[in-house]
Amino acid sequence: MAAENLKQYIIVYLNSKKYGINIQYIDSIIFMQKITRVPGAQDYFMGVINLRGEVVPVMSLKKRLGLPEEEYGSKARIIIIRPEPQAACVGLVVDQVKEVITLEEDSIEKMSYDESDEKAQFNAGIGKVEDDLIDLLNITAITRT
Amino acid sequence: MDVSQYLDIFIDETKEHLQNLNEHLLVLEREPENENTINEIFRAAHSLKGMSATMGFTRMQRLTHDMENVLSEIRNGKMKVSSDLVDILFRGLDALEEYLANIQATSSEGEEDNEDIINALNDILKGKKAETAEAAKAEAAKAAGKNENVQQAEATGDSSKMKFKSIKFEEHEKKAIVKAGMMDLNVIGVTVYLAETCMLKGARAFMINRAMEEHGEIIKLYPCAQDLEDEKYDYDYSAFLITKETPEVIVNAIMKVSEVKEAVADYIKLSDDDIASNAEAIKKEEDTAPVKLFTDTGNAKQSQAASQKSTTKQLTNRSVRVDIDKLDVLMNLVSELIIAKNGLVSRSSEIMELQDAAFREQIEYLERVTTNIHEAVMKTRMVPIESVVNRFPRMIRDLSKQLNKEIELYMSGEDTELDRTVIDEIGDPLMHLLRNAADHGLESAEERRRLGKNPVGSIYLNAYQDGNSVVIEVKDDGGGINIEKIKKVAIQRGVITEEQAQRMEEKDVIDLLFRPSFSTSDKVTEVSGRGVGLDVVKTKIEALGGEIEARSKLGEGSSFIIRLPLTLAIIQSLMVVIGGEKYALPLGNIQSVEEIAKEEIKTIQGKEVINLRGNVIPIIRLGKILGCEKPKQETDDLLVIIVKKGSRLAGMVVDELIGQLEIVYKSIGKYIKGHKIISGATILGNGEIALILDVNSLV
Repeated sequence: MAAENLKQYIIVYLNSKKYGINIQYIDSIIFMQKITRVPGAQDYFMGVINLRGEVVPVMSLKKRLGLPEEEYGSKARIIIIRPEPQAACVGLVVDQVKEVITLEEDSIEKMSYDESDEKAQFNAGIGKVEDDLIDLLNITAITRT
Repeated sequence: MDVSQYLDIFIDETKEHLQNLNEHLLVLEREPENENTINEIFRAAHSLKGMSATMGFTRMQRLTHDMENVLSEIRNGKMKVSSDLVDILFRGLDALEEYLANIQATSSEGEEDNEDIINALNDILKGKKAETAEAAKAEAAKAAGKNENVQQAEATGDSSKMKFKSIKFEEHEKKAIVKAGMMDLNVIGVTVYLAETCMLKGARAFMINRAMEEHGEIIKLYPCAQDLEDEKYDYDYSAFLITKETPEVIVNAIMKVSEVKEAVADYIKLSDDDIASNAEAIKKEEDTAPVKLFTDTGNAKQSQAASQKSTTKQLTNRSVRVDIDKLDVLMNLVSELIIAKNGLVSRSSEIMELQDAAFREQIEYLERVTTNIHEAVMKTRMVPIESVVNRFPRMIRDLSKQLNKEIELYMSGEDTELDRTVIDEIGDPLMHLLRNAADHGLESAEERRRLGKNPVGSIYLNAYQDGNSVVIEVKDDGGGINIEKIKKVAIQRGVITEEQAQRMEEKDVIDLLFRPSFSTSDKVTEVSGRGVGLDVVKTKIEALGGEIEARSKLGEGSSFIIRLPLTLAIIQSLMVVIGGEKYALPLGNIQSVEEIAKEEIKTIQGKEVINLRGNVIPIIRLGKILGCEKPKQETDDLLVIIVKKGSRLAGMVVDELIGQLEIVYKSIGKYIKGHKIISGATILGNGEIALILDVNSLV
């Protein structure tokens, strides 16, 4: 019963902080695997992986958001994102995938941001869940490399 | 009737006909008396008219109708072919091409009536009416003088009706005729005229041929059997048969078939020269094998049909039109099969229990089969380069008028095949190079005369396969590239400094031409020289995985050499380890693998070089360029892979060789903007990814 004003988000952890990714962009979630480094790539790209016979680039979401990066544990996952229905996939590495939540449009607060700050564009709003605040990610901006 | 389902076929066939017309009109301009060409043109125009009428494209039909009227006058010898006339016909073709482009884009032919072309055609018809009588006379005289190879023994009946007398024989046909003569058999030429009311010409021709075959063996048909079957002839055709009977018997047999208006026949005799040379050849053959006349002529017939087919380029009956998307799917599946096969191979080498001979044999068998499947699928995607280059003669003709230079284009290797995706992209770059050659390369006719050259400039377009790549060469015999002029322009534009210019080698100077916005032509012409030249060509070629190189000799001409990979999807490569990471190097670029002692590496002007058998070769440390984290402990000997780009060599230092592997090219996508040396990635047998290095970008 997905009403029009309901949106589903996957909650992921980056350095123990919660972030929300709109479920519409998500193709699949896979275990961490060997990532082949690509020399000369943007620093937030960890490399490429073999996803069912296709070569998919993988990004460190932490680095992309300007967060400090540490070793990934056993709970780390790669979220395979398809920014547009026909576009190629790209992977985002996160520390942990927690749960799926449903937010009403009313409980999403839009943030005003400074156009010149690239990092600020990565925020798509703040989601209010009970007394928790979740940073909702702007996937389109993040994958626009 | 709803004809929309035939639209694709209509478009394909119209393209073929238009190309055919273009080619034959060019021939006609050079050989205005060539009857075969005129007939071919007329037939193509006629088919076009019929097809467009069926599809309801009335403007197209009207234009082809008027063109056909003019062609019909030419064919009947009532009009002479002039350059102006050919010009108008070409304009007509261009208009038809425009209609076709419209139809392709919008399924409608558009609103353009091309009234001016139609008027021009009609004016010609009116203007020439007066001259027709004279022209006809001249034509008749020509026709009479045409019987070069075929000489008649004694004339029976009306000789002008005996069209077969002007048909030339191939060598093997001559041989069959001579052989028949040696066996006391008659060779008879026949021309059959069908009633103009005849409906099923193909079937009728078949019945007539069968009637003739009751009396002997048909060795040649004109037009060929395929064309007869497809009704690609008017109301008459000619045949040659070997028989014991007289011409009268044959004519009677043919006349028994209904809807035959007339048939004429006569004995055929070759010139004495032909008889002598062929008799000798036959004698030689007889020494080795006994003569079997009928099987021999049967073979001759077959091979003749085959050769006719290849020359008329009508392969429709032997081929199926397949959507390119379907081929792409097939190719992707083959790619996956190869990945799976590589996985199996690499797993099996790890498992001890699988090390027995029988299993290895099966694995090897599988490897062979996958390689063959890949080759077969690749071949289905291969298209002769002809489909791209066949529009160039026409383009050069137009250019030659536009530039007021006399230019002759020589093409070779049109049957060289390339992957469909490459073919679609290669047209523009080639056109660019040809235009350049015509405009900048060749001097004006006066200039050429002054230099003691042939006033007619030559441009060569040669294509050939060289190992795993295809080479296309565009060459002209013009003035060549003026090195000093390039240097001057480059200094003016601040591309290089004066000091650099003095030190630069000729090759490096020529390479400047491929830099963006670099045109040395003093004046910008309509044809070329807008500064968006060679760099665009280079970018395009490199995007296709190929490379381009220019060579020149001042005063003698210049040439541009394009080297393209046969296929883009699957490549043979050498797997190497650099800093603990696996990389694939395309085998095509690799010249050799050398072990070089550390002391042999010398540093010259801050660059590492080695002297390999007299060649000074720069050394490139791939580990450093790729930023590998853990450089291997330096040993006394370095593994150096010598790669070749054009005529340049470079040595790439790697840590380890793994071996040769057939890899499937995969793009790494547009998200990652990696080092330009990385051209893609591939999935190895164990599921790991290895990056493919484009070592060319470093040389």
